[in-house]
Amino acid sequence: MSTTFELTIRPRKGWQAIDFREIILYRELLAFLIWRDIKIRYRQTLLGGLWAVLQPLIAMLIFSFIFNRMAHVQSDGPPYKLFAYAGVAPWTFFATSVSQSSNSLLANQQLVSKVYFPRIFIPIGAVGALVVDLLFSLGLCGILMLIYHWPLTLAVLWLPVFGLGAFLAATGTGLIFSALNVSFRDIKYAVPFLIQMGLFVTPVIYPPSYFPKRIHFLLNLNPMAGVVIGFRHALLGSTADWSVMGSALGISVLLFVSGLLIFRRMENRFADII
Amino acid sequence: MKPIVEVANISKHYQLGGHRRRTAENFRELLHRAATTPFRSVLGNRHNGVVKEELYKLKALRDVSFSVNQGDVIGIIGRNGAGKSTLLKILSRITSPTSGTVVVRGRLASLLEVGTGFHPELTGRENIFLNGAILGMRKAEIVRRFDEMVAFAEVEKFLDTPVKHYSSGMYVRLAFAVAAHLDPEILIVDEVLAVGDISFQKKCLGKMGEVSRGGRTVLFVSHNMAAIENLCGRGVVLHQGQLSFDGTAKAAIQHYLNSLSIVSGTGHIVELDGVGDRRSIVAPLLRRLEFVTENEQPLTEGLPMGSRLKVKISFELPKPLDNFNVGLGFDNNYGQRMFTAHGMFEPNHWEHECVGPQVLTCEIPSFTLMPGEYKVKVWLDLRGKEADAIEEAAKLTVLESDFYGTGKVPWNGAFVLKHRWYLEQAVEAGDSGPTMAGTANFQ
Repeated sequence: MSTTFELTIRPRKGWQAIDFREIILYRELLAFLIWRDIKIRYRQTLLGGLWAVLQPLIAMLIFSFIFNRMAHVQSDGPPYKLFAYAGVAPWTFFATSVSQSSNSLLANQQLVSKVYFPRIFIPIGAVGALVVDLLFSLGLCGILMLIYHWPLTLAVLWLPVFGLGAFLAATGTGLIFSALNVSFRDIKYAVPFLIQMGLFVTPVIYPPSYFPKRIHFLLNLNPMAGVVIGFRHALLGSTADWSVMGSALGISVLLFVSGLLIFRRMENRFADII
Repeated sequence: MKPIVEVANISKHYQLGGHRRRTAENFRELLHRAATTPFRSVLGNRHNGVVKEELYKLKALRDVSFSVNQGDVIGIIGRNGAGKSTLLKILSRITSPTSGTVVVRGRLASLLEVGTGFHPELTGRENIFLNGAILGMRKAEIVRRFDEMVAFAEVEKFLDTPVKHYSSGMYVRLAFAVAAHLDPEILIVDEVLAVGDISFQKKCLGKMGEVSRGGRTVLFVSHNMAAIENLCGRGVVLHQGQLSFDGTAKAAIQHYLNSLSIVSGTGHIVELDGVGDRRSIVAPLLRRLEFVTENEQPLTEGLPMGSRLKVKISFELPKPLDNFNVGLGFDNNYGQRMFTAHGMFEPNHWEHECVGPQVLTCEIPSFTLMPGEYKVKVWLDLRGKEADAIEEAAKLTVLESDFYGTGKVPWNGAFVLKHRWYLEQAVEAGDSGPTMAGTANFQ
């Protein structure tokens, strides 16, 4: 036999190291899972992939009507619609990613209980499939900027960095929630609620300057606050707040790593209790 | 050469109650636990008290050890709940053992279910790739064997149709086709052949035989003793989580069949309380089986083929009900259902409401299954739904008899039927209609 590898299966308890070798070995499956999620997502819908841009677009229109027109919330420079869209795009990605990945293990129960592969692929794949949607919605942002004659600055080079930040924050949260969701189905009910709350404590529909001075530091604790500010900086050249943006990136990485570890610790019981 | 799989002292315990309760009254429970023992229940494997631990612990596997040499084809047999599936899940790394180790020396693929990960919205072609990847195949490998799989599944025309439009037969064929073309050094197969029609089952068994003759190492769980005997050289019997036998497949099957009779009741009355392998929806309701033959003679020895069998089934109706039925199934030693008797076939069906203890008698005027041992399954249906079922409630021995009244004992087939023979020139007087030579006439 060509491959002579030896594997020892033993009881698992407590914290585990991440098995990168195995992740590389199975990498094709991750690609397949992402591909599957993308394929399935808009099957048998009339508008298909258009939903990827329609969601943030409609949200933006509603927000600008309610908050800009009715409540007179102002942007910090660019036209409000553009301002709102540049915030709604990463937020929609984050929100959808967290809700999809939190539910991903339960949605793939059959896979968890009948076949072995690195379990982290399930929540990570769920987020990975949504990256495509994010790219589409960023494309629409470009179109909106053309319509509003809003110039692109060199700051756009930061976009991949904050994109990665959004991905890490969403995946980290998704990993933790999905693992908890196996034992506690409460997560299923808590997540939509938390996401809804998240929208209000994140400067998506209002500029960060609206945040009361006294509790401004709290923005540093919310990774999505920095990510949204970062997206606006990269796309629209809005003022950068490096303290919030920097700590967002730091927290995202931290969230991702702790998500991996917590997931890894809990995963050996998934098949038994799902 | 070292064994390709070494299983050493594997045990697996499940904390049944704890998890059930968690899903039942989750949030209150969680708050309570979080308040009393912060973080414990969320992250750890610890429990609140020793008593509860003892109460809810299910020992699915107890100290199982065996080793598998390269090229071994091993059949794993045992009753439902004996730990077969748990063992396979540990070997395929789906769940980890509570104690003990397994060393695996080679690429292992497991097939615990046909069509794992199939998605109804995806087409046949897409599902082949997805399922192949899930079972551990490389993309290049799937591409290379794609045509073979499609041919095996006989679904060429429907490759680009979403599988939700497939017939169940097509679905199973496609799913098995992918699995059958896995190329691991060690293949683990759970009861997956029980699906599909007979001709496809044969095809699958053929493919399995091919695989096993090709020097592959195979671990195979099945209730189909004929398949085990055909495919496997070696047999391992699990009984209540423990390894009770390890030897040739034939000997293992014999051991297993013998062990069954120990569990089933002795004598003509079988008390059903505490009999294993039981599925009860609310509570165990079936109480007792009583076997009698002609003139209410208790059936202690065995039933001569062709004679009268009466089974009296005692059970409890928890509330007034007229829609209740009892079924009896007779399975041969290979797990094949030979005959099913069911109250719903009774033309003078009881229509009045009953409650409390009941006795229902099933009378079979002439029990014509061939001599041998039969496992008797009994189940109670309330309002058309199975409320209590016992897989191997009792064992019935059918004895040889002079069924045809000729002194000649039938030697082949599954059952006997009264039949007559006529030679064209010598038609007996008084018989109805013209009969062709060699045609059986049922009476």
